[in-house]
Amino acid sequence: MQVGVEYFVGVSAVLFGIGLFGVFERRSPLILLLSVELMLNSSNLALIAFARQLGNGSGQVFALIVMGVAASEVVIGLGLVVAIARRKAELDVDTLTSLKH
Amino acid sequence: MTYEIVFWAATALAVVSALGVVLSGNPFYSALWLIVNLASLATFYLLLSADFLAAAQVVVYAGAVMIMFLFVIAYLGGRADEPTRDTPWWQFAAAIIAGGAIVAEVLVAVLSHSFGKSAGVPVTFGSPAFVGQLMLSRYLLAFEATSVLLLIAAVGGVLLGARRPAMRPPGSEEPFAPEPAPQVELPLQAFVMEAETDFPVQHLPTPDEEEAHT
Repeated sequence: MQVGVEYFVGVSAVLFGIGLFGVFERRSPLILLLSVELMLNSSNLALIAFARQLGNGSGQVFALIVMGVAASEVVIGLGLVVAIARRKAELDVDTLTSLKH
Repeated sequence: MTYEIVFWAATALAVVSALGVVLSGNPFYSALWLIVNLASLATFYLLLSADFLAAAQVVVYAGAVMIMFLFVIAYLGGRADEPTRDTPWWQFAAAIIAGGAIVAEVLVAVLSHSFGKSAGVPVTFGSPAFVGQLMLSRYLLAFEATSVLLLIAAVGGVLLGARRPAMRPPGSEEPFAPEPAPQVELPLQAFVMEAETDFPVQHLPTPDEEEAHT
């Protein structure tokens, strides 16, 4: 059985779905961030799979840029989590409804 | 044949570790599962002849980003744990429907299309020189925009992580004026620590009290 691009995209879709489930279901902001990482990485996998399929390097450059965006997102997200934890005892996205403290 | 075996092994590892990320109760275990997931994705990248990206994935993600995650989780300690309150059943159902919908959508789109054989690529496809050449010629603007984005993120991270806002209050001459009301912050932190540890928290003398003492 030949493993084609559709298999890689299928795996990427499954990982994206799991990440989406995590974002909707979990309430800890840290696990939410980890789930978003999961989704960004699954999109990277699809980009690289199509880059190989089409023999075009652009997908790999896009994937690298997505990595940069994900790194920035982690920095800001973790900074927010630490800033919230300094002011509030409970880290729960259901109760964090206001930007002011 | 080896290709298929590696593919299915990496698939199993990726799916199991992704489920570990979203289902484990402890954020620390979630982060460790995500490292496994990133490693299995690097295997996929190698199968897709993206050598440089596989290396970058391991170095940047599994190395730098996840270490930062683990540091923050360790710093927060018990407060990083999931709040212990039941989620309503409809939230669980909606999450499964949303995740399943996107999987079904992509599968329908992919299976209804025949991709044919993959294009032949040169041996250098995916090498650092190959990616670097594209990045510094055709995608130079995107590359520069990413660098600016990373700089903004670094500045934002420092601002958010600073214990006092490193900003000048309006009308003040000093560049790093001390926070006007430290009396508000100290009891709040003491309250949080007390609630967390059950230990009596030592009362830190304010500068005025210290002066009065001496």
